[in-house]
Formats: sequence, C-alpha cells, structure tokens
Amino acid sequence: MIATHWPYGIAAWLFMMGLYGIVTSRNYVHLIMCIAVLQSSTYVLLITIGYRSGATSPIFAKISPDTPAVDPIVQALMLTDVVVEAVVMALLLSLAMQIHQRTGTLDPDKIRFLKW
Amino acid sequence: MSRRLRSLLFVPLAAAFLVLFLSATVGIPAVGNYRGPYGDVLNAVAVKERHSTDVVTAVNFDYRGFDTLGEESILFISVIGATVLLRQRPDEIKEKDKEEDDGRHVPKISDAVRLLCLALAAPAVLFGIYVVTHGQLTPGGGFQGGVILATVPLLVYLAGDLRTFQKTTPRILPEIAECIGVGGYILIGVAGLIWGGSFLQNVVPLGPEDAKVYSGGTIPLISVATGLAVTGGFVLLLIAFLEETLQLRLKGKRGSK
Amino acid sequence: MDALQILVLILAGIGGTAVVLTRRPVDQVIGLSFYGLILALMFFVFQAPDVALSQIAIGAVALPLMVMLALAKVRRDEE
Repeated sequence: MIATHWPYGIAAWLFMMGLYGIVTSRNYVHLIMCIAVLQSSTYVLLITIGYRSGATSPIFAKISPDTPAVDPIVQALMLTDVVVEAVVMALLLSLAMQIHQRTGTLDPDKIRFLKW
Repeated sequence: MSRRLRSLLFVPLAAAFLVLFLSATVGIPAVGNYRGPYGDVLNAVAVKERHSTDVVTAVNFDYRGFDTLGEESILFISVIGATVLLRQRPDEIKEKDKEEDDGRHVPKISDAVRLLCLALAAPAVLFGIYVVTHGQLTPGGGFQGGVILATVPLLVYLAGDLRTFQKTTPRILPEIAECIGVGGYILIGVAGLIWGGSFLQNVVPLGPEDAKVYSGGTIPLISVATGLAVTGGFVLLLIAFLEETLQLRLKGKRGSK
Repeated sequence: MDALQILVLILAGIGGTAVVLTRRPVDQVIGLSFYGLILALMFFVFQAPDVALSQIAIGAVALPLMVMLALAKVRRDEE
C-alpha cells in the first residue's frame, strides 16, 4: 500500500506544511508564500492521479493517436490554475502593502480590526 | 484568538484532516495506473474531431471552454482589484512629489545585464507570439505565451532604462489588450450561440486534417484572445507594483520628474 | 516510476518544507523561486509540458518579482 500510494502522502505533507505556515505566521508576506505552497500541493496530487506508467504526453504531433498517453484533463485544470494563482497572489500582496501603509506593521497578531 | 490557542487547536484538527485525507487516497488507484475513461476517450477522438494535435489545448479552449472563461474572468477581476488597491490618491501624490529626491542610492546597472536584457527582448517577443499561435499543434497556448510576452517590459525595465519603459508601456495599451482579450472570448462564444445553437460551439471551419496553424476552428482565435488578456493583465500588475515601489507616476504627461 | 520521478517528488517535498520554515520573507523569496523550478521539472518529468511551460514563467519570474517589489515598498515605507 505504501509502496504504490506514497506520492499522495507527499501531497498531504505539503498541504499540512502550508497550513502550518499559515497558522503560525508572523508576517503577512510569509503567509502569502505559504498559501503558494498550499496551492502547489494540489498540483502534486492532480499530476500523480493522471499519470500512467510508460506513457507519453497527450500531444500527437508526430505520433499516431493510438499510443498510450497520460490524462489531458488534469493538465488542462492545472494549466489555468498556475496562471490565475499568480494574479491572486498579486491581489493579496497589494492588500498586505495597504495594511502596512495604514497600520505600520505586518504582524497578524498586532492588527485588530475586529475586536476579538 | 491568541497565538497559543491557535497553535494548540491546529494539532488535533490537522491530525483529523490527515486521517480523512489518507483514508480517501486508499480508494484512488495506485500511481501509474490511470484507469478513468474520460482521458482515454478524449485522447482517441480529439485529433479527429477538432483537427488539433495538442489535446490539452483542445480541452482547455473547446471541450471545457466555459471553465476557461471563468478562470479568465478571475484573472480580470483580480487585476482590477490590485490596480484599484494600489491607486494613488490625489492627496498622496502631492506628498510624493515632495519626497522624491530623497537621494535614494540606486546602484549602477552592469553592462552584462544591460546587454543580455536588450538582446533577449526582441527574441522573447517573437517566441511569445510563436507559443500563442501554435497552441493547438505543440505545447503552448494563450496562457503560456501570454506570460512569456509579459516578461518583455520587465526585461526593458531591468536594462536600466526607466525612460524607455515609460515610453513603451503607456498604461492604455495593456488595458486595451485585456479588454479585447476577455471581450473577444465572450464574442466568440456568442458567435457560437448564433450560428451553432450553443454558447462556445466550434462554428469556424475546422481547417485541414494534418494540423496547420489555422486548423482547429475557434481554438486559435480563443488562444490569441487569451494571450492578449493574460499579457495585458500581467503588464498592468507590473506597472502598478513598480509605480507603488518607486513612488513615481508612470502615467504619461504629468510625469513626476 | 523510475528514479528521476522519485527523486523529483522527494525534492518537491523538501523544497516546500524549506519554503515554509524560512521565516524572513527576504530569504524565503529565493527559496520560492527555486521551489517553482523544481515543480516545473516535476511537471516535465511526469509528461506534462504545457503546465511546465507556464510554471517556469510564473514560478521563477512573475511570483518572486511581485513579492520582492512588495518587500521593497514595505522597507521603503519603514525608512
């Protein structure tokens, strides 16, 4: 079981590390980079789900369409996700810059807009 | 919630999530034994049905084109959000005009960096256009080529030329590119609705069997539109971040110096 | 799965851990750029060249650039 399913464990480990970084972070920019690590764990999971041993990539430019190939759907999902993730990180970074401009600090524990 | 409480709550909840995750992966087939039918069906029929040899791009822009439209609108909205957050308010601009010449020490750009960046800028534009237009034949497409094209203004800036960067990327050009990109995608979808009966139907003639640059129907058109949208979005983000960091106004006539 | 794929997966796990455990953002950016390149290599080795193309351009160039510009602005505000 372990010998065949261990890449899913790597995806789980990356997810846990990203979540741990978010929970115990002292700096908003560090937190944003941990969100990037969290998102990359889904890439690892998707690409290992779609992989087929000994197969080639699903591009049939010079080979016949009957050769075994890996799954193209998960690759299409990941392709758009990589680009959109970078733009969402930019939005979060501009939020962090504005927070620093208004309150002078980037520490999540020192900023209390909601009183709890 | 204090830090201690947060860290203490994290451990049992993370353990519970890990148990759930690992028990779910027991049901997935082993790595390397992809079983599912959809990928095999698509690999078998996509080349004949759409005359495009890159199945991933065909899936992105044709079979699942509606999802890609959603992702592109996420990109559009995030770029709007980031540029709105980083806009300079009129009362801020007056302060910045005063504190501009504060004697920031800017290191001199080395000649090797200048040469490399200027020499790579033009081939990068060509390569980006190649990747965008050949998306349905070889690995490529709108997203990849758009990001490659968006690094060209960065190369121009890194070569040390703020004046050239200001002249070659006025803010209006990426805005127009982004609007053409997203609007073009929707218009192609509506054309599919009018002539084919469903939104984003492939109604343009499919082209020759052995795939050429103009085969694939609407796929190369959507690919070009997506490339424009992604390039415009990233260049707008670059301009907004640089403006904010350097405390200059890169807008044009009312330039700071 | 051959040796290269196993090695790249383990490197990805180590790289992600290193990115999270580096506390200072200025040091973390370099780690994030390198981690992006390892991910691109992993996509390439697992037969996904489209995804590798976009990951190289984004993970090694665009994302660390924006983080570094944000850090420069924050440091400039503090002076």
